[in-house]
Amino acid sequence: MIPTIPRSRSFRVIYGGYVLLFFLYLALPLTVVAVFAFNDSQFPSLPWEGFTWNWFFGDELPQIGVFHERGILRAVGTSAFVAICVAILSVSVGTSNAFLFNRYDFRGKSALYVLMLLPLVIPGIVLGISILVFSSTLANGIWNVAQMDIQALRPGLLLVILGQFSFITTIATLVITARLQKFDRTLEDAALNLGATRLTAVRTITIPFLMPAVVGAAVVAFLMSFENFNTTLMLVGSDAPLTIAMFDRLKEGSTPLLNAVSLLLMLGSSLLALLVILFQRR
Amino acid sequence: MRSHARIGFVLLLTPLVLWLGLLIVIPHIDMLLISLRERISFGVYETSLTQYDKALTEPLYLRTFWRTAVMSVLATAITLLIAFPVAYYIAKMARGRLQQVLFMLCLIPFYVSELVRTFGWMILLRETGLISSLLQWVGLADQPVEMLYNDAAMMVGLVYTSMLFMVVPLVTTLESLDDSVVEAGYDLGGNGLSVLREIIIPHAMPGIVSGCIVVFMLSLGNYLTPTMLGGKDSLWFTEMIYNQFIVRSNWELGAAFGFMLLVLSSVIVWGVLRLTGRTLQETMG
Amino acid sequence: MTPDLECVDLVRRFGETTAVDNVSFSVPPGSFFSILGPSGCGKTTIMRMIAGFLDPTSGDIRIKGETVLDTPPNKRPVNMVFQHLALFPMMTIAENIGYGLRRQGMARDRIARKVDEALDRIGLPGIGARKVDELSGGQKQRVAIARCMVLEPDVLLLDEPLGALDLKLREHMKIELKALQATFDTTFVYITHDQSEALVMSDQIAVMNAGRFEQIGTGQDLYYRPDTPFVAGFIGEANRWKGRIDRVEGQVLEIRTDTGLAVRATGSGTLSRGDTAEIFVRPEAIHLAASAEALAHFDNRMKGTVTSTLFNGAASRVLVDNDVGETLEVTLPQTGEFANLERGDTVHVGWGAAQATCFAGAV
Repeated sequence: MIPTIPRSRSFRVIYGGYVLLFFLYLALPLTVVAVFAFNDSQFPSLPWEGFTWNWFFGDELPQIGVFHERGILRAVGTSAFVAICVAILSVSVGTSNAFLFNRYDFRGKSALYVLMLLPLVIPGIVLGISILVFSSTLANGIWNVAQMDIQALRPGLLLVILGQFSFITTIATLVITARLQKFDRTLEDAALNLGATRLTAVRTITIPFLMPAVVGAAVVAFLMSFENFNTTLMLVGSDAPLTIAMFDRLKEGSTPLLNAVSLLLMLGSSLLALLVILFQRR
Repeated sequence: MRSHARIGFVLLLTPLVLWLGLLIVIPHIDMLLISLRERISFGVYETSLTQYDKALTEPLYLRTFWRTAVMSVLATAITLLIAFPVAYYIAKMARGRLQQVLFMLCLIPFYVSELVRTFGWMILLRETGLISSLLQWVGLADQPVEMLYNDAAMMVGLVYTSMLFMVVPLVTTLESLDDSVVEAGYDLGGNGLSVLREIIIPHAMPGIVSGCIVVFMLSLGNYLTPTMLGGKDSLWFTEMIYNQFIVRSNWELGAAFGFMLLVLSSVIVWGVLRLTGRTLQETMG
Repeated sequence: MTPDLECVDLVRRFGETTAVDNVSFSVPPGSFFSILGPSGCGKTTIMRMIAGFLDPTSGDIRIKGETVLDTPPNKRPVNMVFQHLALFPMMTIAENIGYGLRRQGMARDRIARKVDEALDRIGLPGIGARKVDELSGGQKQRVAIARCMVLEPDVLLLDEPLGALDLKLREHMKIELKALQATFDTTFVYITHDQSEALVMSDQIAVMNAGRFEQIGTGQDLYYRPDTPFVAGFIGEANRWKGRIDRVEGQVLEIRTDTGLAVRATGSGTLSRGDTAEIFVRPEAIHLAASAEALAHFDNRMKGTVTSTLFNGAASRVLVDNDVGETLEVTLPQTGEFANLERGDTVHVGWGAAQATCFAGAV
C-alpha cells in the first residue's frame, strides 16, 4: 500500500476518490459560508438573489455591512485585545516553563510536568466554571473581610483572559520546549568561552534560536484565543468577544452579515498562518 | 554560581506555580468544595452529598450524562475511521508538493472558529438549506427537508470539528513508518490486509491513541455543536452545566455536574492510556 | 620562560569516580600540545577545567604563571574550539567571528576591521556575509578557529575538532591546523583519541589513560621509546607476548613466554629474573625471509605459515602463524620481494632484541 507496491487500477481510483470526497467534506461548510456572504438577501440560504458587497460595506438598513456594524466591530476589538493579552502572557510563561523543564532537575519535576499537561485534558467548560467559582469565592471573601467589591473578579475580560491563558499556556510551553530541546547547549558554552556572561549568552544565542517557536506559539495562542468559545462562554461579562457576540446573533437568526464576518475571519487567520510559515522559512 | 542557579530556579518556578496553582489546582478544589455543599437558607450552607445524589437519581441528568459519554466515544470512533485512510494517503501515498498541499488543506479549516464551521453546517443542513434545496431540485424530495436538530447532524458536526486533531497525529506517526518495512512485509508474503493489521496499525498506535484522546476530550467538552446542530430534546452534558450556572444560578449542582464531567473524562483517558501502556507525557508532550 | 599553561596536581572527582587523577603538565609558549587518549580517559574533563566549565576538586591551573581558578569561564584568557565547533547558526560568519569582540564592547568599525583581518588570515576573505550552513566542513573549522583567535587568547583549546570530518578532509586539516598554529603563533592544546592527528601535529603529546598521564613526550619518544605498556599498545600496532624473565644480560632480557617460546628483548633495568613481563614488537620491526640463514644475525627467529595477506598499499601486512599457533602481524617490505606470498607459504621471520620492548607484566 505504498506507491512501490502495485495495486489494481480500481483500488487506486476508489482510494483517490475517497480522499477527494474527504477534502470536499472539509471544504464544503467553509465554502458555503464564504459564498453566501455575497448573497443579496436577508438570509444566508437559497435562492440566490444576486451578488452584493453590501454585507461588507453597506451602511443602510436592512443591509448594514460589517464595517458599519458597531457591535461587531467592538466585539472584534475586544477579541483582539483579549487575544493579544493571552498571547503575550502565555508565551512569556511558556518560555519560562520551557527553561525550567529543560535546564533544571528538581524533586517532583515529572509530577509538575504532568500537572502542566492537565489543562489540555480538562474540558474547556469545566476550566471556565472552576475559575468562575474560585474568583467569586475570592471576591466574596474580600467583601466579607474588607467590604471591598473587586469588580475585576466578577465575570469580565480579566477572567476571560485568565481562563484562556490557563490552557493556552500549556500549548505554548510544549511548542517552546520542543524547540529548546533541539538547542545545542555547547553553543552557550561557546558564548561563555568567548566572553559572554550567562545572561548575555542566553540573550544573544538561546533566545534568537527560540524565536521561530516563540513567534509560532504567539500566533497559535492568538488564534486559539480569538476563536475560543467554551471557556469564554462561562467567564464573559458585558464586553463580549467576537465568538460570543456572533453566537448571540446566531441564536436570534442569521443574516449574511455573519457570513461576511466569518469570511473576514477566515481570511485573517489564513493570512496570519501564512505569515508564520513565511517567517519560519526565513 | 550556586546561588545564581538558585535564584534563576526560583524565578522560573514562580510563574509556573502561580499559573497552575491559582488557575488550575485551587479553582478545581474550590469547585469540588462548592459541589459538596447544600444551601440551607440565605448564606447558610452545609456539607453534604445532596448535589451528587440529585445528579445520580434524576433520570434526565443521568441519561444525558451517559448519552454524552456514548456519543463522544462514537464520534471518536467515526473520526478515526474516516481519518485513517486519509492520513495514510497523505503520509505514504502522496509525494513531495502534493503531500505538503494536502496536509495544509487539512489544517486550514481549523484556523477558523468552531462557530464559523458550525454555521456552515447550519446553512447546509437546515430546512431552507442547500442540501434540502438540492434534493428538491433533483426531485428526490417534494418539500423542504429538515436535516438539522437531530443526532446525525450533531455527529456530522462533531466529527468535522475534531477531524484535524485526529489527522495530524496520524500523519505524523505514519510518516515515520519506513517504506522498506512495508515492502519487507510484502516481500515476506504478507498481503494488504495482514500488512495493515500487523505492521501499519501497530506502528500508528501512538498516533491513534493521542488522536483518540484529544478527539474524545473535545467531543465531550463541546458545547457549540450540540447546541446548534443537535435536537431540542437531546441535551449534551455541557449544556446542563451551562444551564445550572448561567440560567438557574444553581452553582452547587452545576459544580457537581462539572466534577462528574471531569471524572468521566479522566477515567476514560486514564483507561485508554492504561490499556495501551502509554503515559500522558508521551501522548500529549 | 613562563609556560603559557600549567596544570599542577589536577584532580577532578565525580562522586566515587576520579575522572582526572593528579595530572601535572606545562605547555611552553607557542607550542602545539596534544592530550591523546581513548574516549572516557578524562581528557575532555581536563579541557573543560582549563576552559572554566568545571572546577577542579584540587590542584591548580595557571595561565602565564597566574592561577585562573577564581576566574569565571567568560573572563579566562583561553578560548576553545568545540568538538562540533558550536558556530552560532543564527548568525553570519562575520557575526560569529565578531561575537567575542562585541562582548568586549569594541567599536563596530574596529570589529569589522578585525573580522576582515581574521578572514584573510584563515584564507577565506569575503565570506563574512554568508551563513554558517553555506560553508564546507573545512571552512567551518577555520572559522571556528578565527572566532577564537580574534580575541588573541593566551591558549587555544581544541576539543577533537576533526572528529566530524570525513577521512580525506581530516588528513588535509591536520596539515592546515599545524600551519594555522604557526601563522597565529599561539599555544594550542589539542585533545584527540586519534593518534595520527596527535603524532602529525604536536610538538609534545601527553598520553592519557584512566585519568592519569602515562607519558609526555614527542611523537618519536612515544612511538620508539614508550614508557608504559599502555603507550606501547595504544600508539601504533604491536605483536604482544606475556611471559616470565629467564635471564638478564645487562639491557637484554631473555623471556620465556606463556606459550613456551624464548624471546630476547630490551627492558628498562628494573626487571629481574622471575618477574612477569610483557613484550611488544612492531610489525615493521619483524623481517621476512625465505630461509632461516638469511636471518642469522637476529636475536629472535622463527618459522611460520602465511595465513592471510592484508593488502593496504604501503601499509600491507601478512599474518603468519608460528609453530605454537600464535598469529604474528608482519609488515610487507616495499621492495616487492614478497609480493607474491600466498596463503600456506612457509616463511621465516626474525627481529632484534633492540626492537622488542619489554615491560614489567601486569599480573
